[in-house]
Amino acid sequence: MTDILIHLLLTIFMPPLLLGVIGKTKAAFAGRVGAPFLQPYYDLAKLIRKGSVFSDTTTWIFRAGPIVTLAATLVAALLIPLGSHNSPVSFAGDMVLFAYLFALGRFFTTTAALDTGSSFEGMGAAREATFACLAEPTLFFTLMTLSRLSGSLSLTPMLTNLTVSLWFRAGAALILLVGGMFIVLLAENCRIPFDDPTTHLELTMIHEVMVLDHSGPAFAYILYGAAVKLFVIGAFFIHIALPIKTGNPLLDWGVFILSMLGLAVAIGVVESIMARLRLLRIPQLLVAACILSAFSMLLILR
Amino acid sequence: MITTAGKPADPAFLIITGLALNAFSGVPGLFLKRAAAVGQKLATLLAVAGALCGLAGCFSAIASGETESFLINWSLPFGPCEIAIDPLAALFLLSVFLISGCCAVYANGYWPAAKQPATSRALSFFIGILSASMALLIIARNGVFFLMAWEVMAVSAYFAFTVESGKVEVRKAGMLYLVCTHTGTMALFVMFVLLRNMTGSFLLPPTASLSPFVPGAALVFFAALFGFGMKAGIMPLHIWLPAAHANGPSHVSAMMSGVMLKMGIYGIIRIISLFTPVPAWWGAVVLGLGIFSGVTGIVSAIGQNDIKRLLAYSSIENIGIITMGIGAALIGQSIGNQTLLFLGMGGALLHVLNHSLFKSLLFLGSGAIIHATGTREINRMGGLARRMPRTAPLFLLGAMAICGLPPLNGFVSEFLLYFGFFSGVKESTAPALLGMGLAVTALALIGALALACFVKVYGVAFLGLPRSAEAEDGHESPWQMSAAMGLLALSCLAVGLLPRYAAVLVQPAVFTLFPSLVASGSNISTHVPLDVLGAIGAALIAAAAILAVVYHRRLKSAPQASAATWGCGYLQPSARIQYTSTSFAEMLVRLFRGTVRPRYELPKISGFMPASAGFSSRIPDTVLDAAILPVLRVTGIVFSFFRRLQNGEQNLYVLYIFITLVLLLVWIH
Repeated sequence: MTDILIHLLLTIFMPPLLLGVIGKTKAAFAGRVGAPFLQPYYDLAKLIRKGSVFSDTTTWIFRAGPIVTLAATLVAALLIPLGSHNSPVSFAGDMVLFAYLFALGRFFTTTAALDTGSSFEGMGAAREATFACLAEPTLFFTLMTLSRLSGSLSLTPMLTNLTVSLWFRAGAALILLVGGMFIVLLAENCRIPFDDPTTHLELTMIHEVMVLDHSGPAFAYILYGAAVKLFVIGAFFIHIALPIKTGNPLLDWGVFILSMLGLAVAIGVVESIMARLRLLRIPQLLVAACILSAFSMLLILR
Repeated sequence: MITTAGKPADPAFLIITGLALNAFSGVPGLFLKRAAAVGQKLATLLAVAGALCGLAGCFSAIASGETESFLINWSLPFGPCEIAIDPLAALFLLSVFLISGCCAVYANGYWPAAKQPATSRALSFFIGILSASMALLIIARNGVFFLMAWEVMAVSAYFAFTVESGKVEVRKAGMLYLVCTHTGTMALFVMFVLLRNMTGSFLLPPTASLSPFVPGAALVFFAALFGFGMKAGIMPLHIWLPAAHANGPSHVSAMMSGVMLKMGIYGIIRIISLFTPVPAWWGAVVLGLGIFSGVTGIVSAIGQNDIKRLLAYSSIENIGIITMGIGAALIGQSIGNQTLLFLGMGGALLHVLNHSLFKSLLFLGSGAIIHATGTREINRMGGLARRMPRTAPLFLLGAMAICGLPPLNGFVSEFLLYFGFFSGVKESTAPALLGMGLAVTALALIGALALACFVKVYGVAFLGLPRSAEAEDGHESPWQMSAAMGLLALSCLAVGLLPRYAAVLVQPAVFTLFPSLVASGSNISTHVPLDVLGAIGAALIAAAAILAVVYHRRLKSAPQASAATWGCGYLQPSARIQYTSTSFAEMLVRLFRGTVRPRYELPKISGFMPASAGFSSRIPDTVLDAAILPVLRVTGIVFSFFRRLQNGEQNLYVLYIFITLVLLLVWIH
């Protein structure tokens, strides 16, 4: 019970902190002081109280987009185990639902973008839909490898089964998975080198350009939803990359929080030392991720 | 085996009454030349009564889980004729009756007799015959009887979709369809003759009674795949499908795509179920065909700009998904993985039902768009959601369902398939494991591509600003059209939210196909937590509702303004700068250019002040244009001397028939 409560509290309150940590890391690299860690919370609080501007072109889809996307992301957050603790909802086959909830979010984000009739948002929607086609097989290869390693068909046993000792046995496969999933993590969450959340050139953006017309509470939903998505996929990644378990439930929560903050720092470092890729290069990197995870599956077949 | 129909509520009695009502529905209209509108109303009434009757029969046949069969003694030389209704037949009959009922209602708004008196009479008649012949072939258990119903179905579909035969496009599509369907039927002739050689009669043998290792069994398998695959539209055999679906009236397309393609799937399943134990390589062949058909179908769909051609290619993809499930089930049977067997076949059968729901919904929706704008070109649409407030959300539900998104029905059947494939990955060894791994990856890729495809269709057709004057003048369709679509959309939602009951529909059919499973004591619901799936769907809707309420409150408490779409500083936006269907698909088409082979006609620009130039792009059907037409052209030249036989003189044709008969008599003695 306590674990479920902690799971819910962390899922609801921690995601924006990751954005704050990423921002602080980037500021440190650039030699700036940077915004406070809690800045994303302030932004959300301000946006939710602001008024809205709606384009004359839009219909109810435009308003439903952020709502459905956030709802789908929150439900997906219930399926993923955090650290060594079981997820609140776990059943055989939940990994398929997990993947398709993100697809539901993508469907509504992209249709809401097309609802404005803006060519820039159309571009963003087309890119998002296209790149997802390349990222999806990677996720499923990873799920198959994990399912085979753990002999189960549910996210909780699949992910909590991963241990340090497994790294000694199937290290090669897991390293490939880490590589593939890190690329998917960055691509799905629109981080550099796939997408630049801070750019001012709409022509080159993916996710940010899709939400140009959203404002006020709807934009708060979108920012918050994106943070939760980063949190959820990050938690998935942490299971593979840092499967550290102490055995003490409270200590495990601490380890989980620290690893998530560490992941945020790592993303910040990548964003600081890399440039954004040319748009034409992105599919190549995504296909590479897919091949990495396919190889990892082949490695555990033996 | 032989039971007699006793009480009037007997499922077989209901189904056959429904069938007869459907067959008869268009007939009164033929005699009401002056009052075509009355004829159409009458046809609708009869078809709906037939559909209700048939549906009641299907549900009670599935609930009883038993097989009812009748032996008709007829004097034709093909031996006794058996008809039988088992849960598998009832499952396929379900979509026949449901869709034909919906289409009959829809026709009143879409093809009103008041406006098109001549064609509407023919259309009602042929649609009635089409649905009755499909129902008849499902219950036929005699090869020759089956082929007769099959041929009536093929020909009545031809007359139904070529009803506007004044158009060149329509006639071309009709000719291609006729050639293809008869090529397929030829393979079926071979198949039924081979089966007769194995069993000694044209009656179909009982399930799992033949050995696949006797000589000729493999030939039966391939002939069935070819003949039925041609009708189902499995990828290299799909060539007739896009043109036929695009050029017919939309409710005929809905019938063809939603129901008629499934007759091919029904045939494949029925014929394979006669054999036991099915060798693993049969499963591998079917699975491979499914993967190929699924991926190439959706890749071809993305590039299309004609909404109905796009939907037709997406049907090829969905047939691929169904075929994948069948193949996986066969592999599961041969490697002894019960979960894979249950969920592969269960998922495939549920997807048959689901596809008939959402694809018919989408075709009827495309008909509503064509009714409103008069064009099939997606690039000329836009902004229809404001002009068609009833159609837009219904089409959206269909688009979400076909992408397999929770909480709709497409997700349930794809979930079953994924679950089956994953259990194969988890438990099996090398060759089967690779097949299942490939299937999971293919299904994931198909899912993501379908999403891109239908976001494009919905976004470009319904959202944004109108791209042409036709779209500007778009209007909502009559209530009959919305009602038919509403019923289908509701069914999509119901299957998605109550997956357990959907599994109950499919379960008896799986048991019919694999009688040995009944002893195992398990069923789909014991393998998969379907209740949880339904609950999560409800939770998702509840979460969205709560967030919507919160959002609405926030909106009220702060000022709202409306403005033009943010043009990134550009102050003169127009409808023409919007992303179009072509530009949305451009990246994906380029990624898959090896498969879809887009043709571009680039303008030649030279000099400092170039003249105005045009650009056009087009995505032809790779198989038809690159492989089949060149072969046919060569064949046409080589065999041109045969054309002398066809000289247009009827008396000579009678002579040919006479000579053939004499030769056959000589051959027999």
